[in-house]
Amino acid sequence: MGSFKAVLRQCLMWVEGWFDVAFGPKWNPVYYLGSLGYFYFWVVAISGLYLYIFIDSGIPAAYLSVEYLTHDQWWLGGIMRSLHRYASDAMVVMVALHVIREFAFDRYRGSRWFSWVTGVPMLWLIVIAGITGYWLVWDTLAQYVAVASTELLDWLPVFGEPVARNFLAPSHLDGRFFTLLIFLHIAVPLVLLFIMWVHLQRVGHARTNPARGLAIGTFAMLLVLSIAAPATSHDMADLSQVPSPVNLDWFFLWMYPAADKAGPAVIWTGAFVGTFVLIIMPWLPPLRKRLPAIVNLDNCNGCSRCAADCPFNAISMTPRSDGTAFEFEATVDNDLCTSCGICVGSCPTATPFRRASDLVPGIDLQDPTLADVRHQIDKQASKLDGEGRVMVFGCDHALQVKKFGNDRTGVVSLPCTGMLPPSFIDYVLSRRLASGVVITGCRRGHCHFRLGHAWTEDRIAGIRDPRLRNRVPRERLTRFWASPTDGKAFAQHVSRFQATVSTLDTIEHCSRDVPETTATISEGEVVS
Amino acid sequence: MKQTLRLFGQLIIYSGFAAMLWYFSASPAYERVPPGSALIKLSFAHGADRTADCRERTYEELMELAPNMRAPMDCPRLRRDVAIRMKLDNEVVYDDLLAPTGIHGDGPSITYRRFPVPAGTFLLELGLRDSGRQEGYDYVSRKHISLKPGQSLAIDFHAGGTGFIFE
Repeated sequence: MGSFKAVLRQCLMWVEGWFDVAFGPKWNPVYYLGSLGYFYFWVVAISGLYLYIFIDSGIPAAYLSVEYLTHDQWWLGGIMRSLHRYASDAMVVMVALHVIREFAFDRYRGSRWFSWVTGVPMLWLIVIAGITGYWLVWDTLAQYVAVASTELLDWLPVFGEPVARNFLAPSHLDGRFFTLLIFLHIAVPLVLLFIMWVHLQRVGHARTNPARGLAIGTFAMLLVLSIAAPATSHDMADLSQVPSPVNLDWFFLWMYPAADKAGPAVIWTGAFVGTFVLIIMPWLPPLRKRLPAIVNLDNCNGCSRCAADCPFNAISMTPRSDGTAFEFEATVDNDLCTSCGICVGSCPTATPFRRASDLVPGIDLQDPTLADVRHQIDKQASKLDGEGRVMVFGCDHALQVKKFGNDRTGVVSLPCTGMLPPSFIDYVLSRRLASGVVITGCRRGHCHFRLGHAWTEDRIAGIRDPRLRNRVPRERLTRFWASPTDGKAFAQHVSRFQATVSTLDTIEHCSRDVPETTATISEGEVVS
Repeated sequence: MKQTLRLFGQLIIYSGFAAMLWYFSASPAYERVPPGSALIKLSFAHGADRTADCRERTYEELMELAPNMRAPMDCPRLRRDVAIRMKLDNEVVYDDLLAPTGIHGDGPSITYRRFPVPAGTFLLELGLRDSGRQEGYDYVSRKHISLKPGQSLAIDFHAGGTGFIFE
């Protein structure tokens, strides 16, 4: 399983890299798979509401109303119908990719089990919503889907009389059937929407909308596709005829040919076993949890920054329990904590300059503690020698920085880059432990803990507390957001940065009258 | 230049995704039955006779029952199996003994079968037994049918009516 995941990760990172080239990290659809699923859901919902105005129930009426929309009102109704179909297909693709990606990057175990497990019924509901939609058209495809669906259902020991008998001959069917179908086709997506809401309850700062540019682009794609290749119906259903051949929507209806080939027993067994396996996957095996963050009330002033920054809503602010004058204190829910350390990076008391007392911030990880991090920095700095000394702060889930350590490059790997309080950058540079600081972590939009990258950037840019002090020379700081496969580019980036800081050192050393330099390296991004 | 290349890259990716949506939303076509075939569907829900006749309860037996349970007739719930056989051009294509449904075996025997056949004319023979007889059938039907390509013939059964119904 591990090697399979590793291969999958490599493939996904390769694709991500190319998509980064085309879209840039801000619009890269790979970073918005879940958000795009939501986006397509809304396209389906809004177009569906419009179609509902015109759709009729009844044996010939249902078909004729869809034909009216498709041909007579092609300029809006037809486009809406096509948007409805293509967006629902796109939603299936996005959801499938979203599941694969979360699986490949191991983002379904530990405290993330809740989002994973609540996602499983959504898969069923999406399929059911799609299938009932195809019935409503009541063309020969709908006839095929209706007959094949009921034949599949009849394999289950649930119904006394075969449901498929309702489609035995034209005389067996009446218009009330469509009323039931319309109800199902509206009720199921509503339930789906509710579960979509539940799905995100343990996700802080959940992103349910793709970047605006990506949303515009993908909607334009759907619109052009709807105009260029509008969705059309087959001939009207006729139960005295065999609906064959049918142009299946393979995104939704692939299981029917599979049932014809393998039999309904295989399909149902696969569906139930697959669902069961998906549900228990977060515990196959359970994630070896790192020790959760702990609150040190002696240093917690209840500022709530940790609660605001936590990507998984693991921290809440509760009334003070130690009798001090502060109103609140941070409380960590151990079940939700992923031990990313982002809360530590957000804590204003997490400053390495303290020497009079132990380095114990208001909230800290147990492994590594912030004191451990400072100790590592000091230890690495003591080994550095020569010009162009840099201190690299890396992320355990991105490029493995330890292999880049040498006498000019100190390396400190953190659970997440977001654990690094900005004051540590100041610490390294103001104490001249190194001439430059390199921060590297997951690609933009691909942070293993979702928000480490974003919060780090915001803190450095001075738009999120705690902010990097103005006195820190920005030209001595560089960021490099990359995947584990970008080692070569990272080495080159560090090498160039070392040359730059070496030049800066020389300039500073030779002429203290020269206040500024033009030699800078700013942020780096690469793709493999 | 770089921006143009990026836009071009986006265009290719969007186009590829759109092409995938367009193609797989309606292709490739699927044929459930071979071209030129027709379909015979045999389905019914029919309760056979009960395994024993009803018996009138004696006065003493009735008095032993709760007042609301004193039905004068004692009828065993279990029904007999329904035997069904279908032959096409003298070849048996379906021969089965259908058990009654229900926990107590008092429900109808049900079946739903599909028989893809090449289009053409056939001698269709059907037999159904729902009584205690050991041989032969209580209901039989023998007729020539002509099926066109793509035609679907449904065969139902209603004991109270004409027996086998062809639609």
